[in-house]
Amino acid sequence: MELAGAIVTLLGSLFLFLGALGLFRMPDIYNRMQAGTKATTMGTLLFIAGLAMGFHETIGVSKVIIIILFVIFTNPLSSHALARAAHKAGIPLAKETVMDDLAADEAKEDSAMKGTQEGEEL
Amino acid sequence: MKKIKHAILSFLGLMLIWVMLTPPDMQEIVAGLIVSVLVVLLTLGMEPVLGDIRLTPKSLLYGVLYVLVFLRELLVSNLDVARRVIDPKLPIKPGIVKVRTKLQSRIGRTILANSITLTPGTLTTEIRGDYLYIHWIEIRHEDLEGATRDIVQKFEKYLEVIFG
Repeated sequence: MELAGAIVTLLGSLFLFLGALGLFRMPDIYNRMQAGTKATTMGTLLFIAGLAMGFHETIGVSKVIIIILFVIFTNPLSSHALARAAHKAGIPLAKETVMDDLAADEAKEDSAMKGTQEGEEL
Repeated sequence: MKKIKHAILSFLGLMLIWVMLTPPDMQEIVAGLIVSVLVVLLTLGMEPVLGDIRLTPKSLLYGVLYVLVFLRELLVSNLDVARRVIDPKLPIKPGIVKVRTKLQSRIGRTILANSITLTPGTLTTEIRGDYLYIHWIEIRHEDLEGATRDIVQKFEKYLEVIFG
């Protein structure tokens, strides 16, 4: 059982490593976030599950389940907040990017707002 | 009605977490009971988000199915990102697409947005009204309908039953 736990923990750290590599290789903040969120969620999950399998007498399986739930709930929230903040701050997307619906809609709203303001001035 | 449901569900949730965290002992359970009741009472004024959960046998079944679908997507997503990261050519074709959701409840939308973030190549960037703006690492459909079909619907059909 301890060996199985060690293998799962190793797999988890492998995913975490790939996440770090993704941060390094991706061209812009949004793509980095993609690598960062998914790989770290899975990595942390496997890592903790492996610990539970190998050392369940000292940690307790129920605590591990709670940690996993918290990670699943909070990890995407933080990257969602970061991506939203980045887009609001006007951080450009990578040159490979093919489209940006959000920027298009924002531009539309801006021009609509400008239109009403000008209308009011008249 | 929604408020009562929210209060009961959050009390049960808090109690469950407490019991899982502490060793089984009468004193601990009584302490947990008191604190859980206090927390529920103090947060009564807040938005009753848990009140939207439906507690029918069908929705419970869909809840279990949803967890399975979610775990599978999480695994696929990791292998997908791992493949892209290792590939020397770095095969990405990123962009932000707009999709539409039918879900009305706040908790349903939150869970949908979170699930989308944890599935292959998609990252929720913004929610406005019924529309979600999603950063997609490899754009396969540029139009609203195609993107909605690819990204949202696999989760929505379950969440719709659970939360409405």
